[in-house]
Amino acid sequence: MSEPLTADQIFDRVFLETRAKLLAVAATLDRLDRAEGTDRVRNDFRMEQLRKSIDIIQNSSNDRAEQLQIVFSDPYDEQWKRPGLRT
Amino acid sequence: MYYIDPHIHMVSRVTDDYERMARMGCVAMSEPAFWAGFDRGSVDGFRDYFRQLTEVEPKRAAAVGIQHFTWLCINAKEAENVELSREVIAMIPEFLDSPNVLGIGEIGLNKNTKNEAQIFWEHMELALKTEELILIHTPHLQDKYKGTRMIVDMLLDDPRIKPERTLIDHVEEHTVKLAKEHGFWCAMTLYPITKCTPSRAADIIEMYGDDRIMVNSAGDWGPSEPLAVPDFVQEMRRRGHSEKKISKIVYENPLEFFSQCKRFEFKAPE
Ligand SMILES: [Zn+2]
Repeated sequence: MSEPLTADQIFDRVFLETRAKLLAVAATLDRLDRAEGTDRVRNDFRMEQLRKSIDIIQNSSNDRAEQLQIVFSDPYDEQWKRPGLRT
Repeated sequence: MYYIDPHIHMVSRVTDDYERMARMGCVAMSEPAFWAGFDRGSVDGFRDYFRQLTEVEPKRAAAVGIQHFTWLCINAKEAENVELSREVIAMIPEFLDSPNVLGIGEIGLNKNTKNEAQIFWEHMELALKTEELILIHTPHLQDKYKGTRMIVDMLLDDPRIKPERTLIDHVEEHTVKLAKEHGFWCAMTLYPITKCTPSRAADIIEMYGDDRIMVNSAGDWGPSEPLAVPDFVQEMRRRGHSEKKISKIVYENPLEFFSQCKRFEFKAPE
């Protein structure tokens, strides 16, 4: 039977890759700040989604990816009108 | 390792892709009917497309030793044309005796509109009447959660629907539970940027187990990777998962689901 990796082994493998992804996010936000019209972007709802995501990444739950997905999702209304028989 | 790609649109791929997939161990694939990148104008356009899926692609696949299966429907993107959708649904039975047809799919929602839901529901009726398996496309990005909930509502509303004969595709972290908790099959799509990565797919397997789940490339005319399933195999190996477990996800599970189709005949490699 093969052994699942330990947290140390996983961390060694993903550290550089994760560092690179965070740097890319930081550099992207800097680039947006440098550009003309940055105020408009600051008020864009998608920027708010990114801000919420960054908060979620910092919490210590074990379903952060799922929480992020919900941040980027349209709300669902249980009362939506179901299709019916053709009339 | 032998594998099956249960969702790939080979009409949009070149022969080199067939060749490379065979070299990587692909022994079978299933190709759901989808949107061609433009809205087709008539039911005859679909009739020709269904001939391509049932006559032409099986031959291209066989040339490299891959078995080709397919699913028939009109895609959700074209469901806004309700009249044409109904003509296509009425024409589908002409092809249901073709030996490589596995069922009705990929039906589903795209922008979660009223017409899409209506045409989804009418496809579902056809599948129930003809006792066919169902393959369901769920929307992308911000529409996925809401659309998947709506699809599950429609499935659960109908007591004739058998969850074990129904597959909900393109599940991600926030929708996999919806499929699994009601006993549906599900699949993860490894597609650059808009869907899942091999590494997140492996995470989902680690969290939710390897029953009733599979992975696919959904390779089509967009930026996609027809060798995404071997990428997933490689990621699982790197994480120390057993060959047996990996093979269950990329080979045995699709076979188990497809085997419920009365026409399904698979010749296992020697
Ligand atoms: Zn597809």
